Order: sequence, then structure tokens, then C-alpha cells
Amino acid sequence: MDFQLTPLQEELRDNTRKLCEGRFSIAASRAAGGRIDAAAWRDLAAAGVFSLRLPEDAGGLGLGCTDAAVVFDELGRGLVPGPLVWSSVAAAWGLEGVVGGTERAERAVSAGRAGRGAGAAVEHLGDLDVLVVLDNEGAWAVDPRALDATELVGLDPLTPVWRVESLPRGERVAPSAAARRARLEGAALTAAQLAGVASGVCELTVGYTKQRHQFNRPVASFQAVKHALADMLVRAEMARVQAYAAAAHLDEVSLGDPARAVSAAKIVAADGARANGRAAVQLHGGMGMTWEVDAHLYLKRAMVLDLVFGTADEHALALAGGLA
Amino acid sequence: MQLGYSADERRFGDEVRAWLESALPSLPPRPRRDDWPGRRRFDTAWQRMLFDAGYAGIQWPRAYGGRELSPAEQLVFLEELDRAGAPDVGVNFVGINHAGPTILTEGTDEQRRRYLPAILRGEELWCQGFSEPEAGSDLASLRTRAVRDGDEYVVNGQKVWSTYAHVADMQELLVRTDPDAPKHKGISWLIVPMTAQGVTVRPIRTIAGPSEFCEVFYDDVRVPVANRVGAENDGWRVAMVTFAFERGTGFVGEITEGMRLCRAIVDAARANGAWDDSDVRRSIGRAAASFEALWSLTAWNVSEAARRGVPGPGASVLKLRTGEAFQELAEIGTHVLGREALAIDGLLLPEYLRGFGLTLGGGTSQIQRNIIAERVLGLPKEPAWTSS
Repeated sequence: MDFQLTPLQEELRDNTRKLCEGRFSIAASRAAGGRIDAAAWRDLAAAGVFSLRLPEDAGGLGLGCTDAAVVFDELGRGLVPGPLVWSSVAAAWGLEGVVGGTERAERAVSAGRAGRGAGAAVEHLGDLDVLVVLDNEGAWAVDPRALDATELVGLDPLTPVWRVESLPRGERVAPSAAARRARLEGAALTAAQLAGVASGVCELTVGYTKQRHQFNRPVASFQAVKHALADMLVRAEMARVQAYAAAAHLDEVSLGDPARAVSAAKIVAADGARANGRAAVQLHGGMGMTWEVDAHLYLKRAMVLDLVFGTADEHALALAGGLA
Repeated sequence: MQLGYSADERRFGDEVRAWLESALPSLPPRPRRDDWPGRRRFDTAWQRMLFDAGYAGIQWPRAYGGRELSPAEQLVFLEELDRAGAPDVGVNFVGINHAGPTILTEGTDEQRRRYLPAILRGEELWCQGFSEPEAGSDLASLRTRAVRDGDEYVVNGQKVWSTYAHVADMQELLVRTDPDAPKHKGISWLIVPMTAQGVTVRPIRTIAGPSEFCEVFYDDVRVPVANRVGAENDGWRVAMVTFAFERGTGFVGEITEGMRLCRAIVDAARANGAWDDSDVRRSIGRAAASFEALWSLTAWNVSEAARRGVPGPGASVLKLRTGEAFQELAEIGTHVLGREALAIDGLLLPEYLRGFGLTLGGGTSQIQRNIIAERVLGLPKEPAWTSS
């Protein structure tokens, strides 16, 4: 057992952080409204974000899920927009360009919610070259330009969304086993991204409360504030170790069925990132309510990512079911 | 990053498992929770079995009877004990996890030879004498005095929350040796035999009923100066070493217990129909996720300790979150049990009540948050209160 970053992983972390602080700064993403252009996508591809997991003979880096988790942790921390996880997990299916995705809402239909419309909100649809739809039978490629879609005003200013009225079946690009695996890997990497969101917003709030003075002292010196910040760190750390543990379960067959570790990761990371986002808005005081302060961007991204590859609620049901 | 055990670590686990299979059937029946003489007999006999088989002090040096293995192998060992349903460290807790490691790190060679093998063989039980009625979270304000008289200290005062004092032979005692120095700089760490003249022990009844906690009173107790561990007035630093150990692999027992309780609550929910409520299932799923993550954090901390030799900031996070997660789970459990929770001997209730201690002992959750805020996040200290 050596459950710590390897030198390679430290290098991946540092390089990804540099990329986030430079080319993909939050200011730059704000200016672009979360829209993705071909140049930005090429830069992410050049950094290896989508080819990390591809075998070397397929032109990839042949790295493990834990390596990818370290990278996605940083991408989350930097609030880098785009269907990053989808493009990464779909890389093995030979799809070209910007690949986004969604899951067919079979559960919603079976729960009798179809009456509210069988359509769905899909992130980044207008910028996609391929839309991947996952369901129990496999992964399907749909041409996003052929869809009847309406752009909505998105919750997260860095995650534009479109409403599609219905999802055609599309062309099958992977069998059900591969789709199942993609779901697990997607959930683990999204958990890593959420862990990054949780720790990024913790850092932002620590910085603000240290410099913000009231009653002639930094507000971060008040115990009521400090304890809330300590809880933010705890949530970020728990999210990170479990996201890495989920990725390790996908890399190391000897650890057994990864489903439980992956569900735990998605729960702890989504709940933790959302709670940290709420705490950040509160601890920034009135400024936390403003558009200009970044606190809301982390909260909103956490809410978006909670909905990808299974919500915390769905994973909690699955995890409990596994104990029965 | 490797979460799984190495081939060597797995081999060690196989060896432990094989031994447990042969050893556990010969154990006598377990004593009742409040049968203290029985528990002392049982736990020390178990410790002796571990020692004879070469499993006492997994990380301790061979020179003192230990196995000199890695933190990961310590974790393998604890995991195998749990899997086999073996006894836990029980009344040996303070010696194995607190006093022993402290003497190992800070004691003289003579002190190590005198005390460590006896701890590993289960021959001498230890208790802790840190907290006082007026010194809880502000532990450094402790007032139990030790006054030098030749080659002895004369100790007067009172301790509280002294775990296992009523069955212990020895106590690790924090005393004030310089009342004029700043509070952290006038404390010393002493070894006190519980049979010494002037030591009185009184058990504490807690919200869970009979407990392992005691009050201890000292009335002109004479302790040889040779029983001091570390320099005079350097006891605060020595005690912090003890706390660092506590926050390493110290919570494996609570985490595995939490995972076991999750499964027991699931069984209870299925039996009484609470399982049909998806809110109940979701809350159990979330609680189980917390324990999965706590296990991962333990693995992270253990790996960090193996690389750097000391537990990092993850140790405070682990302590804080383990206590909370345990209490959250126990709370869920009482809702699942409904009226079955009215009898204290039933499933979960003893754990529910004892669980309150997890966010109090060894530094309350509020103190842990201060530690995280100031030492990990680097936040400014709260301004000192001034009395006017």
C-alpha cells in the first residue's frame, strides 16, 4: 500500500494547475460564457486530458484512472468548463471532436415523470460534435446538430444548457459492458472534479476571510468563521481521498467490485462540494451574493456535477442496496 | 498511488489470518461489559497470546518484543483481527497506543527496557492521567502539583476521565512542576504506579451506565524522579507525541465498528419494514459512504506516515469526522429501530450513548476545528479573552 501521489502524479497535478491558472483561468471562462471553441479543446487535448486513459498503441498516454483522477481534481479546482469527463471516458470509442454526453432518463420515465416531458436539459449541446447517450444497452452516438434543441439560461454561467425534446436512439458505439464501465469511470472522475471544486472554494473562502476585516480584525479570526472553514477543509479532504480511492478500485482489480467505492465517492464529493459552495456564499457575507465574486460559480458547478453520472441521492440508494 | 496491499503485506495478512483461525477457538467466553476483573483477565490473556505468537507491538522495535513492521502492516493486522471477530485491544489500550509509544519515543533506554516488554506481554496495564476537573480543553492549565523532594516528587491533585484507572497498574501522569512558568512550560510527564500510597480511584458512571472512565485523587503520592519521561517541564511536548500517535491508526476500530453497524441497521430496517422508506435507505447509504471515505483516509494517513514518519493534517480530519459520522449513523439507527430503541441493551443503544465520547475525548471536535483552522488553513488565532 502506498496511497499517496507518485512523482508522475505530482507532475500531472502541477502541470494541470498551471494550465488552469493560465489558459483556463476562471476570468477567461467567464468571458467565454463557458462556451468551448475548437482552439480551447485542442489545448486541453494537447495537455492529454482526453488521451490519459487511452492505451499507448491507440495514441494515448496509457495512464490509470488514479492518474486521471489527479488531473480532474485540478480541472475541478480551476472550474474548467466543458464536457471534460465525457470526452475522456468516450475517448476509447474513436469519436472525433468535442464529445459530450447524457444518460437516458429511464428512471424518470419508470417513476411516472414522463408526463412532465420526456426531454432533458443537456450541458454544452451547442458546442458538441458528438452527443453520447448511455443506457443499459450500451453507449449511443447522436448527432447533436440534428436535435430539436432550445438554449436555456443556464444555472451555472460556465455551463450552457440546451433543452432537447427527445433523444433519438443513435448509433451504438459501445456494448453494455463498456457503458457500465464508462458509468463507473465517469462517476469516479466526476467525483474527483467535485473534490477539486470543494477544495478550490475552500481556498477562495480562506483567502477572503483572512483579508476581510470587521471589528478591527480579520473575520477568519472569529471562531464561528474558523469552524465553518475547518468543516470546509474536512469535506474537501474526505471528497479527495474517496475520489482517489474510487479511481484506485478501477485500476486495481485485486480490490474487488469498484461499485461501492465509486458510489461512496460520488456521494461524499457531491454533498461535500455543494455544502462547501453554500458555506462559501455565506462566509463571503454580502459579497457572496454578488455575481462578481466567484463563490457562486463553485456552488453552481457542484450542483451541475452532482447531476452527472448518477446523483448523490441515486448513489446513496445504490450503496444501501448493496448492503442489503 | 496504490491502495491495495503489496505481496509482502498480503503474505503477512495470510499469516495473521491462519494464526487467528487456530487461536480464536481456544479463547474463554468473553466477560460482561461491566465485569472489570473479568475484562482485565480476558484482555491481558489475549495480549499474552498475541505476544507469544509474535503479534504484539506490530510497529514496535524487536529489541522490546515488537515486530518492527510498517504502518501498512499494522493496518493489515487490525483489519484481519476485525474480519475474524477477534478481541480488540481492550484494557490494554493506553499501554499499547499511548504510554508505550510515548516511552518508546521519549523514554530512556532503561525506561524502555523496564516498561515496554511488560506492556506487550499484557503484564502491566496502563491508564491516562491528563484531564482535570478544571483542565479539559485547556489541558495545559492543569494544576496537579509535583514538588521535588530529593530524588522524589510529591504529587497532590486530581485527574478525571482517566480511562481504565480502576484496572490499571501504571499511569501516565501530567503534573505541574513549575507553577511560575508559562502554562505549557511547567508540565512534566511521570510514570506513577497505581499501588502507590495516596492514590485513590473512583469510577465514573456515564450516560451509558458503567464505564471505563475514572476519577483519580493524589494525596502526597511519592514518585521517584527516575519515573519522569523527558526533561522536567518538557511534559507538554512529550504529551503531544502521545496525541500524534492517537490520531494515526487510532480509529480503525471505530471505522470498522461503524461499517458493522451500517449492516446491522440495514438488517433491522429490512426486518421491521423501515427499509421500504427510500429516505431511510438514502440516509443509510450516505452514512456508509462516510465510513468508506474514512477507511480511505486511514489508508491515506497510513501511507503518509510510512513515507514521512509522522501523521499529517489528515489525522485531525480523521478524528473529527470519525466521531461525527459515528454519531450520525447511530442517530439514523435509532430512527430505524423505533420502539425497539427503548431497551438500552438492544442493538446500537450502547454504541449510540458511548458515541458521544468520540467528539469529546482526546480533544473535543471544537478543539479539532481550531487545530485544523490554525495549523492546516493558517487562520489567525482568536484574540485572547481578557478579564476586566
